[in-house]
Amino acid sequence: MTSIKGFFRGRAKIQPIWIFVIAIFIFFSFMSEYFLSWGNITNILVQTSTIGLIALGMTLVMINGNIDLSVGAILGLAASLAVGLQEISMTLAIAAALGAGILLGAINGLIVWKTGVNAFIVTLGAMLGIRGLLFVYTDEQSFYASNFAFSDFGMSSIGPMPVLAIIFLVCVLIMHLVLTRTSHGRNTFAVGGNPEASIDAGIRLGRHMMINFIIVGFFAALAGVLLSSQMGAATPNLGRDYELWVITAVVLGGTKLTGGSGSIIGTLGGVLAIGILRNGMNLMQVPAFYVLVVLGVILISVLIIDKKVNVPSSKEVRI
Amino acid sequence: MASADQPKSGLPGVKLSKAGVMSFLSAQGILIFFLLGMLAFSLFSEQFLSQSNIMTVIRQASIIGIIAIGVTVVIIGGNLDLSVGSMLSFSTVLVVDLHDKIGPTNAILLMFAFTLMIGAVNGFLIGFLRLNSLIVTLAMLSAIQGLVLIYSGGQNVDIADQEGTWFAFFGRGYLGGIAVPILLFGLLAIVVQIVMSRTGYGRRIFAVGGNPMAAVYSGIRKNWCVFSTYLISAFCVACAALVLGSRVMGSQNNVGQGYELLVLAGIILGGTSLLGGAGSIWKTVIGVLMLGFIQNGLLLMGYPYYTQWIVTWVIIILAVWLDLANKRKSLFTTHS
Repeated sequence: MTSIKGFFRGRAKIQPIWIFVIAIFIFFSFMSEYFLSWGNITNILVQTSTIGLIALGMTLVMINGNIDLSVGAILGLAASLAVGLQEISMTLAIAAALGAGILLGAINGLIVWKTGVNAFIVTLGAMLGIRGLLFVYTDEQSFYASNFAFSDFGMSSIGPMPVLAIIFLVCVLIMHLVLTRTSHGRNTFAVGGNPEASIDAGIRLGRHMMINFIIVGFFAALAGVLLSSQMGAATPNLGRDYELWVITAVVLGGTKLTGGSGSIIGTLGGVLAIGILRNGMNLMQVPAFYVLVVLGVILISVLIIDKKVNVPSSKEVRI
Repeated sequence: MASADQPKSGLPGVKLSKAGVMSFLSAQGILIFFLLGMLAFSLFSEQFLSQSNIMTVIRQASIIGIIAIGVTVVIIGGNLDLSVGSMLSFSTVLVVDLHDKIGPTNAILLMFAFTLMIGAVNGFLIGFLRLNSLIVTLAMLSAIQGLVLIYSGGQNVDIADQEGTWFAFFGRGYLGGIAVPILLFGLLAIVVQIVMSRTGYGRRIFAVGGNPMAAVYSGIRKNWCVFSTYLISAFCVACAALVLGSRVMGSQNNVGQGYELLVLAGIILGGTSLLGGAGSIWKTVIGVLMLGFIQNGLLLMGYPYYTQWIVTWVIIILAVWLDLANKRKSLFTTHS
């Protein structure tokens, strides 16, 4: 039953974040003459694609009731692999980068499954460890892309749309369909809603969680490859603090940390909210520092509004 | 546990034979692992076990340790605090910047006041508005980092007259042959441990973290308890900022970036559960010192600096896993 309820809850509710997205979109359109141009709008999509791609995978992991703090480190490692190995072969470099993401996601998932250690702790450790691997691999050096096809790819467009924006939107569509139309998506809600019941219902909980960790690992690596192709370079510090941005976006999109509810459309709203704020404040020449404060305030406001609007659950005790 | 709960599919849960030995090993596993590591380090490097090296390690660990004491109290109360890293940046920049403007005493007092105010904001949002502590402190992490950058204008700050100020005492001074940061770390650890284990207040924090509903029904003012844990955490951060600012006599505006994770790593390594209601300051002190000795030992053996992070990754998971395995009497979970 949980799965069915979760299934509809995830789809039927319009996420309040979209009202906010529309509001700031209108606001910035008036505030800056450059904001409402096709070039700038596609620019926002490209800028948000990095955090956005990871957020797609993170949504599934968080609906499961887990969390993945290691995505920033995976992104950094994938970017360095994709740039560092391309002297040998372009295909090998990209395969190694994506493979590393999948492998590290699988390791995280396997540990969570087999040892039963909380995902927060497992991925906190992985975040430190993978960053350590990255520093040891790169010897603290930045890599520059030698293959111009690689850096051109990040800048290319098909018609009026940049390729990175297209990749991002296609992934959004795929993940939305996975979450709402497949048994894996249904199980994701079930597992987050009630793990014990989902085991009793025959869901292979461990495997299921591991698949979601692999998905987020893959997306983190993909984001790393695309980001490094955009920059034509990779630094060992790349992706630092990205886990915080990603979790912020997913939570803004209405996914609960306790698991069991959330949606890709909401996450898209959360990602766009961050992207539009950053872009719009940039255009208004507000120093970048203020974006951090504004985001923090918005995140807390969303929590407060969520608490006031939704009826407190029966578990809560009023004093 | 009998073999009745063997899983029906997937890999079978491995049962611990020779129960006594194994349960001892898994209960003390991390300590044994640590002692073996210390032994290996001391074999490879003569300096490792020298008194001056040990004092250096404890001194370096004291900043993370002081913060970890406060965060442990928050965790025992059933919440998390990820904002301590940004708060450390904030407090250090503030105290260093104000030092030359209004004098050391006023700077320290103002810094403590502002840090406690941030702690109060955290405590109000989490204790009274009952928002999720993970997200609130995540939001505060970003907001406070923004505040630091706005305050400093992105510039690093430092103290002009580094020799002639008594402010150096907290980070560089010695009292009775022992470095002041170590004394401060020890003193805070002892006081907070006594408060947590010997007073009614400490018992209430444990009760709130263990079972909030039961705590409320037995007349504990849960909101105030949670609120107060964030004040303690902020106070510890302020003490750490005092040591850090005084030792460096200057501050970058992101000096505390990533501290929240190292602090959590130390706490987890010590064996305090993140679920709340259990844990102790002693465990945290041991966990933080372990991190310090691992870092120091690996460096002395000539490994690159970042190797310690990879080792930390492995032992954090091992530590929690062994603890869990010991509780459920099987190494692996049984679901497929």
